[in-house]
Amino acid sequence: MTRSKFRRLASGLAAVLALTLTAAACGGGTTRGDDEGPGDTQDSVGEADPNAEIQEGLHISFLPKQINNPYFTVADGGGEQAVGELAGEYEEVGPSEASASSQVSYINTLTQQGVDAIVTSANDPNAICGALDQARSAGAVVVTYDSDTDPACRDLFVNQATAEGIAKIQIELISEQIGGSGQIAILSATPNATNQNAWIDLMKQELEKPEYADIELVEVAYGNDDDEDSFQETQGLLSSYPDLAGIISPTTVGIAAAARYLSGSDSKGKVALTGLGTPNQMREFVKDGTVESFALWDPEALGYLAAYAAAALASGQINGEAGQTFEAGDLGEYTIGDGGVVVLGPPTVFDRDNIDDFDF
Amino acid sequence: MPSDAGSIAAARRSVLRSVAGSWDFVLLVILAAVLFGAIGWIDNFAETITVTFLLLDVIPIALMATALTLVIVTGEIDLSVASILGLTSAVLGQLWLSGFPLEIAIALCVLLGAVLGAVNGLFVAGLGLPSLAVTIGTLALYRGLAYVVLGDRAVADFPFEWTTRAISTIGDTGIPVAVLPVIGLALLFGVTLHATPIGRALYAIGNNADTARFSGISVSWTKFWTFVASGVMSSLAGIFWTFRYASARADNGLGLELAVVAAVLLGGVSIFGGRGNLIGVLAAVVLLATLQRTLQLASATDEVLNLVIGSLLILSVVVPNVVQMLRQRIRPTVLEGPTP
Repeated sequence: MTRSKFRRLASGLAAVLALTLTAAACGGGTTRGDDEGPGDTQDSVGEADPNAEIQEGLHISFLPKQINNPYFTVADGGGEQAVGELAGEYEEVGPSEASASSQVSYINTLTQQGVDAIVTSANDPNAICGALDQARSAGAVVVTYDSDTDPACRDLFVNQATAEGIAKIQIELISEQIGGSGQIAILSATPNATNQNAWIDLMKQELEKPEYADIELVEVAYGNDDDEDSFQETQGLLSSYPDLAGIISPTTVGIAAAARYLSGSDSKGKVALTGLGTPNQMREFVKDGTVESFALWDPEALGYLAAYAAAALASGQINGEAGQTFEAGDLGEYTIGDGGVVVLGPPTVFDRDNIDDFDF
Repeated sequence: MPSDAGSIAAARRSVLRSVAGSWDFVLLVILAAVLFGAIGWIDNFAETITVTFLLLDVIPIALMATALTLVIVTGEIDLSVASILGLTSAVLGQLWLSGFPLEIAIALCVLLGAVLGAVNGLFVAGLGLPSLAVTIGTLALYRGLAYVVLGDRAVADFPFEWTTRAISTIGDTGIPVAVLPVIGLALLFGVTLHATPIGRALYAIGNNADTARFSGISVSWTKFWTFVASGVMSSLAGIFWTFRYASARADNGLGLELAVVAAVLLGGVSIFGGRGNLIGVLAAVVLLATLQRTLQLASATDEVLNLVIGSLLILSVVVPNVVQMLRQRIRPTVLEGPTP
C-alpha cells in the first residue's frame, strides 16, 4: 500500500514537473521586456515629434481601480468615446475588488498582449510600479488618471483637478449663493483626512481675498464621511448658528447628508449648501430647491482626456516632458505641467439647468 | 493471496482504476488540457514570461495551501491565513520603518506567524472550540490588527535588491528563484504528510479523532502544531507578497483565503478530514492560476473566472460522490474484502 502510494506521489510529481517544463520550453525566445534592463525603460517613448500624426488602430486599454464602479464606468466611457474618435481599439479590464496588488496581474496580461497604451488609476502608488516598468519596457506607454503612481513609473498623470481649483470654485459658489456676505460653516469628513485639510486650508486663504471680506467662516465640523454623523452635524451647525447663511461640504457623503437634512427642515432654501457631490446623489435636492449648485470634476471628460493623452504619447507626439502640448478632441489643447501632470481644468458646476446631462 | 490468474487480473484492474480514477490524476489531465489548449489557442500564452507571471502568482497560494492541507486533513480549517499574510506584511513594513534591519524584521515576522498560528491552535486544540468559528474570528481580528499597525498607509521604500530578489528568475528559464524554497517546503510537508508517523497521525485524527486518541496519538498537540505550521507558512507568504509588490499594506491579500481553501478542496482534500494528498492540492493551485492567466489573456472578465472556479469546486465535490453512488448501484452485493 505504501509503495503504491509512493508511486502515485512520484508519478504525480513527475507529471507536474513535465508540464511546467513543457510550458517553459514552448516559450521560445519571445520574451517581451525580459531582455531589457530596468534602466532602459525611460527610453521607451523616445524623442517627441510635435508634428507626428496620431496613429490609427492604437490598442488603448483602460485599467480602473475596480470594474463595475459607477465613477470609473463613466470615466472609462469617456475614454471609449475618445478612442473611437481616434479610430483606435478600446478595452476595459480590471479587478472586481479595489485591492492594492490585484491590478498587477492585469498589467502583466496587457504587457503580454503587447498593447500600445495602458491608462490606469492606481490602487497603490507603488505596488503596480514593477509591473508598469515591465509594460513600458515592452513598448507600452502608461498614463495614470484619477490616482497617480510614483511619477517614475508612468509617462503622464491626468489630474482631475488641482487643490487650488477645488477650493476656489467652492468659495465662489457659496459667495454667489449667499449674496457675498454672512456666516458660513464647512462640513468636512474626518479631522485627519489629508485631502480635506489641504482644501480647507486653501479655502481659508481664498476667503482672505477682499471680495470675500464679508464672509465669516464660523466653524469646521466633521461628519466622518458617515451619513448619520454628517446629518447630525448639519443639525448641530444650524442650531448653534441661527444666522448661518451657508454650508460648504467638500465631501460627497457630507453634502448628500446635509442636503437631506436641509430639505426636511425650515431652513430649506434659506441656508445655502454647496460643495463636492455627484449629480445622481444630488439630483432630487437640486430639483426641490434645497441646493442651487455644487461642483465636481466630470469623470467622463477625465477618461476622454486620458485617452487622447495616451494616443499622443503612443504616437510619439509627446513624451511627457513639461511644456509639450497636445490636442484632446472636444476639450481642446492641453499643456503638460511639471512632473508630467496634465490638469483637466476647473471643476464642473452642476445646477438645475445641466444636472440631467450627467449620470454618475 | 493472488493464487490464480483471475484474482491477479482483478488486482491489476483495481490498481488501474485507483490510479485513473483518483482525483489528482483527473486534475493533472485537466491541467494538461488547459495548458495545451492555452498554448494552442490563446495569443501570447506560449512565452517564457507566462511561466514567470504564473509562478509568481502561485507562490503565496502554494505556501498557504500546503500548510492548510495538513490542517484540513485533521478535519479542522484555518480561515485566518490571508489575514496572517496581511498582518505580517503590515508588521514587516512597520519594523522596516522603525529602522530594523530586514533580516531581523523577517525573522520576527516568521515568529509572529508562529504566534498567530499558536493562538488559533490554542483555541481549537487546547480549548476544543470549533476551528470554523475560531478562525473566522481571527480572520477579522488579525486583519483588524494589521490596520492598527499600519492604518491605510503603505510602506514602499524597501531596498531595491530585496524587491528584485523576490521577482528574479533562474537564468532565461522564466522560473522565479523564489519557487525553489517553495518546492523545498512543499517536499518537507509532502514527506511529513505521506511518509512519516506524524502524517499517519494526521489522517487518523481526520478519520476518527477518538480512535486516534485510543491508539496513543496526542490529538490536541498534533492539531496545535498544524495551526502553528499554517501560521508560519502564511507569514512567509506575507513576506514574499510584501517584496514582490514592493508594498507593505494592511489590505495585502484581502480575501485570498477563499482562493487557498478553494485550491485545497479542489485538490481533493475532504473538508471532513482524513482524505486527500498534497500532489492534488499543488496541481489544483497551478490549475487555478493557469485558468486565471488563460482567461485574462483571452480578455475574459473576473466574473467569468469566478464562474469557472465556482463550477470546478462544485464538480470536485459532486463527481467523487456520484461515482461512488454509481459504483454501489451497479454492484450492490459486492463482498467487501479487507480494505487496504
